[in-house]
Amino acid sequence: MKRILSILIENKPGALARVVGLFHQRGYNIETLNVGPVFDGSYSRMTVTTRGTENDVEQITKQINKIIDVIKVSDLTEGDHHEYEFIMIKFKRSEKIQKILKSLNGKIHEKNNDAMVMSAWGSSSDIEVAIKSIGKVNLLEIARSGSIGLHEGEKVLKI
Amino acid sequence: MKLSGGDLLMRALKDEGVKFIFGYPGGAALHIYDSIFKQKAFEHILVRHEQGATHAADGYSRATGKPGVALVTSGPGATNAITGLATAYMDSIPLIVISGQVQSHLIGTDSFQETDMIGISRPIVKHSFIVQNTQDIPRIVQEAFHIATTGRPGPVVIDIPKDKTDPSNLYEYKRAKEISLRSYQPRIFPHPGQIKKACKKILSSERPVIYAGGGVILGNAHKELVSLNKLLKAPVTNTLMGLGAYPAKDKYFMGMLGMHGTYQANMAMHNADVIIAIGARFDDRITNTPSMFAPNAKIVHVDVDPASISKIINADIPIVGQVKESLAALIKEIKRSKIKIDSEALDNWNLQISKWREKHGLDHDLYLSKIKSAMIAPQVVVQELYHATQGNAFVTSDVGQHQMFVAQYYHFNKPRRWINSGGLGTMGFGLPAAMGVKLAFPKHEVVCVTGEGSIQMCIQELSTCLQYNLPIKIININNEALGMVRQWQDMNYGGRHSASTYSDSLPDFVKLAESYGHIGMKVTKQSQLKKTLEKAFSMKDRLVFIDVYVDPNEHVYPMLVAPNGSMKDMWITKNTKA
Repeated sequence: MKRILSILIENKPGALARVVGLFHQRGYNIETLNVGPVFDGSYSRMTVTTRGTENDVEQITKQINKIIDVIKVSDLTEGDHHEYEFIMIKFKRSEKIQKILKSLNGKIHEKNNDAMVMSAWGSSSDIEVAIKSIGKVNLLEIARSGSIGLHEGEKVLKI
Repeated sequence: MKLSGGDLLMRALKDEGVKFIFGYPGGAALHIYDSIFKQKAFEHILVRHEQGATHAADGYSRATGKPGVALVTSGPGATNAITGLATAYMDSIPLIVISGQVQSHLIGTDSFQETDMIGISRPIVKHSFIVQNTQDIPRIVQEAFHIATTGRPGPVVIDIPKDKTDPSNLYEYKRAKEISLRSYQPRIFPHPGQIKKACKKILSSERPVIYAGGGVILGNAHKELVSLNKLLKAPVTNTLMGLGAYPAKDKYFMGMLGMHGTYQANMAMHNADVIIAIGARFDDRITNTPSMFAPNAKIVHVDVDPASISKIINADIPIVGQVKESLAALIKEIKRSKIKIDSEALDNWNLQISKWREKHGLDHDLYLSKIKSAMIAPQVVVQELYHATQGNAFVTSDVGQHQMFVAQYYHFNKPRRWINSGGLGTMGFGLPAAMGVKLAFPKHEVVCVTGEGSIQMCIQELSTCLQYNLPIKIININNEALGMVRQWQDMNYGGRHSASTYSDSLPDFVKLAESYGHIGMKVTKQSQLKKTLEKAFSMKDRLVFIDVYVDPNEHVYPMLVAPNGSMKDMWITKNTKA
């Protein structure tokens, strides 16, 4: 099943590569990956989505935790959580695509005679559905942020 | 006083108590080498290949418990250190590899002797550093030693661009009182609740087995292990890496377990009702088919690394903590507990193990029964070696049949005496590792048991042994073939010896040893063996290379039946399965 791992990691050169490399070394896949510095910028928050059994995820979580630069790891999917993904799409003027994106908090960033640039956000499953229904016709390019998420309620992942 | 980057490094290494550095110079490391020339705190040992430097530092570490240090230059120097890093990583050995790097402004330009050492070594190090500011060198060295030696130990790389050791840039030396990393807090003490649960489970068992691995040695917990079993009186088995953690002479010791483990140890594991795994990681050479592993056993697993627990075999009671502290807590709890182990059941269990030992146990007196044999059995060489050294030597080995014969027939009663590459299985390890051990313990007998295949992988270090006068003894168990490969080919490939023989092109090892300035001896007959060993060991200040021609058809048994076998499924001889 799909898992969303949130990882706090020292903002140091090479730190990201250690996490990404580990997935490959241990035979796991990364579906999406998002990373950016948070708080004082001395550390970053990564969000990785992957697929695996309970045992797989337990093992990968332990292995990630062993990386010296990793401060904390948390499996968001273990409990209730908020999860969203942001996308940007450039497409040939199409009412259909515009309508789909509007239903996902869509915003127009650029509009000319031939093409449009819009952004949208929603749960990654909604985003998947939208991308499928947009199809290939009129689609020029697409960028995805990958999932980001937070625990629901009082649970907080920070240093 | 302000110091250059190279001198900062020297000072930092001195403050870590470093006595030896094993290395090889080159362009990017020349500033560092100039600083080495000017210091007196430690001795630099010039090896003949960087692989030798890493294995020597590794051997030093395994024998002493202190971190080993190797120094290499950039590019090929760094890549030659990779096998040694991977060897240390697989066996959790604290090792510091300092690599020169091209100047900072050249990084990424494919400059001469440039290689991305941090990238190449990433999957096989515990951690790595690249020096970006010269003044960080003391802190980085301190952190590197801290990380390498605490928690589950492992190798750490420090990559230093040449401009960071430029002698014209000087900085103040600052050393922190203690190291604390917010992202690295290895667990020391076990959870008291888990200790209670484990105690209850162990004391309620009828067929317990202690399965102790290299973690007991790395964690300096052998005394606690012995104390624990003074209370329990359970049968004990050691992994290949754990040999010496529990005294081999003890009546509860069953020998090694696993692929080439003893019949009684493997049978005990398979039939146990509680397995107490201590500093061991259920390697595939132990468990055989995991789904068929010890079907009726509850597992208590003590390890400092939570990732080792429930990785292969699910642990019913995991205990995360340093082995020493965890065993101390367990001993205390057992002493306090009102539950008494069922001594009748335990006696029956120990009796059963004796029966298994009598049925298919190893014959430790082969050297007596085979005295008239035409060909020398390799097992007999190890037995004679054991007697010639009174079981007191530090023994290093390479990888293959000879390694298994030592593990089976040399009885290790003390930890850190058996030095071999268990996890990675690195041929070429034995000789350089023996150099590291001999430097650490010059007054002790240090023996490298090897084969004619393995020894040729790092034979160049014979030259280092001459330069630094390291009178180690090399026992070359010569079967004129890559024995373990050949054994598998005999058993699984219809005896087709594909690329495993070279008897027409082996060197004359006696002349080879002599050309390196050492003594060479050749043994082809059983009747010469004992005398030759005695003569060699009487030459206290010379390296002696003893080339012993053995029966090439000998296989290592027992051997677990694979695939689709459990630990009770073993080949006992060439034709019989137990």
